[in-house]
Amino acid sequence: MGIVKLHKITRTYRTGTVAVDALRGIDLEIREGVFASIMGASGSGKSTLMNILGCLDQPTSGTFHLDGEDVSTFTKNRLANVRNRTIGFVFQSFHLLPRTSALENVELPLLYSDDHLSWKDIHNRAMNALEIVGLADRAKHNPNELSGGQQQRVAIARALVTEPKILLADEPTGNLDSRTSLEIIDIFQTLNREGLTILMVTHESDIARFSERIITLRDGLIISDKRVEPVQAQTALENWKEQDAVEIENEVTL
Amino acid sequence: MKVSAVPYVAFKAMRRNRMRTVLTALGIVIGVAAVITMVGLGQGASSEVQEQVNRLGQNVVLVFPGSRQLGGVSIGGGSANTLTIEDAHAIRDEIPEVVAASPEVRSQRVVVYGNRNWFTRIYGQSHDYLQIRQWPIESGRMYNEEDVDRAALVAVVGQTIVDELFEGSDPIGETVRVRGLPLEIIGVLAPKGMSLMGSVQDDIFIVPYTTAFQRISGRSHAMVINVQVYDQESMTIAQEKITDLLRERHRLAPYQDDDFTVQTQEDVAEAATETSRIMTVLLASIAGVSLFVGGIGIMNVMLVSVTERTREVGLRLAVGAKSPDVLLQFLIEAVVLCLLGGIGGIILGVITTELIATYAGWPALFSTEAMIVAVGVSAAVGVFFGFYPAWKASRLDPIVALRTE
Repeated sequence: MGIVKLHKITRTYRTGTVAVDALRGIDLEIREGVFASIMGASGSGKSTLMNILGCLDQPTSGTFHLDGEDVSTFTKNRLANVRNRTIGFVFQSFHLLPRTSALENVELPLLYSDDHLSWKDIHNRAMNALEIVGLADRAKHNPNELSGGQQQRVAIARALVTEPKILLADEPTGNLDSRTSLEIIDIFQTLNREGLTILMVTHESDIARFSERIITLRDGLIISDKRVEPVQAQTALENWKEQDAVEIENEVTL
Repeated sequence: MKVSAVPYVAFKAMRRNRMRTVLTALGIVIGVAAVITMVGLGQGASSEVQEQVNRLGQNVVLVFPGSRQLGGVSIGGGSANTLTIEDAHAIRDEIPEVVAASPEVRSQRVVVYGNRNWFTRIYGQSHDYLQIRQWPIESGRMYNEEDVDRAALVAVVGQTIVDELFEGSDPIGETVRVRGLPLEIIGVLAPKGMSLMGSVQDDIFIVPYTTAFQRISGRSHAMVINVQVYDQESMTIAQEKITDLLRERHRLAPYQDDDFTVQTQEDVAEAATETSRIMTVLLASIAGVSLFVGGIGIMNVMLVSVTERTREVGLRLAVGAKSPDVLLQFLIEAVVLCLLGGIGGIILGVITTELIATYAGWPALFSTEAMIVAVGVSAAVGVFFGFYPAWKASRLDPIVALRTE
């Protein structure tokens, strides 16, 4: 059963008399527990697709079933609930609230939850989410006291805190160096192994190869959809040190 | 959304931007403080006026001489010599509603005691003047009718005279000189404070009117006749009777105007109260304008803050905040800002009022009403001026908001 089912999705932007077709008929089904990448150059429509998948935008035509519900007919308020409950977001630029502790940043989605959680529950769940990304010891730190990788991990904890069905990551490694990128991908792979569906938008094929399915967009259409054997980030991290050492050795011999 | 989370989120956002919060609230602080100070001073003045009026005495009617005509030109009320001592006696004796009547004559003279002297007003009054004015004696006694009849050389003095001439020591039995005339001080009046017109009432030197007319002022006519009426209800009748009596005594033909004026203390008080009331309203309006400006300041800052925090709003919307949640957050921020400003304003206002009252020597009156109104108004200002920015924030498109740098 596909957790995400897109049928003939189109999205047209109108600015005055000019109409731009960002998506021109997307059919896509993603099964539960899959780690998929969406690739494409700028203007290919991948951001638009991501916005629709994230229930931030609605398609001009077509249907979108998310976790069995046709969300393309939902009102704004119901969409907000879907974003809160079913989807976890990770952004390229982290989007953490400044001058607010990591813990409070992670608590944020729970404040908007309709589940009537107690303050204690909110606190405990945020703490658990931070533990999952290995930052429980940094709970009291503000974002400006954390490295880029740590900030992105706080953002992942924030995405996980509502226990969503699907994690949407928009260029999650775009602002990070290669090694930190690997660490973030490693967290994604671990979460995926535990059953979380992950959809990641990226324009780097280096990053896309860690996922098991690569969907490529061009001019608002899917031009390729491949299942691949994912590279394990864990292994890449272990090899990283050797590569590093080799480079230094080379420098020395040169 | 969790109900208790709404104010929590608003407070967190305000704490994150302490400087902005403080500066924004400052406008309201000053506005509210201004309202409280102005209303405080204004009401203080009003109540002072009221008190002054009461101090004038109960059921008092004042009879002034008419204006004197000089070649057809009036040269001012009270300038004519139309009221005699006999008029005063007639008023007292012939009108049943009248309890007491004191013909008054004033002159400015230097009073000498030892090597000290003091320039003051000397009042000639009847023995029942203090009863008319409801002015108690602090020590000694008031001169009696017999003293008046024989134009005794005695005086009753106010607190200022005691301070200036006797440096606070007991003056009773001491003799002072006015133009070489020796006067024995037999009583000291209780302190009374400022008058309606701002003069020091305690700077007073009272002698029997007979003494004043014959030996000090050199005048033969009363400047005012102070009349006390039996009770409040008889005031109007007494006024009419006094008018009739004096017209008859002055032999005025029906076509002639009165050559005197009969006024009640209420007439005098009304004018004074009205003036101070107008001042209070005027001051409060000016303060209100500054509160309004403070409100516009809040709207301005909130609008800037919404633009500045577009990304934050985008993120909140992305993680599940609904439009009303965002609207409420910003609205609460604005209202809390205004309420904090209101409380700060009350504190500042009370301090300012206290300072002005102390240093300028003005009376001040804190009214709880003014404080409640000021805080209520500032909360209303918060809702009113906070709504548009909050509405704007809640209408943001999360996609656009998230992409804003």
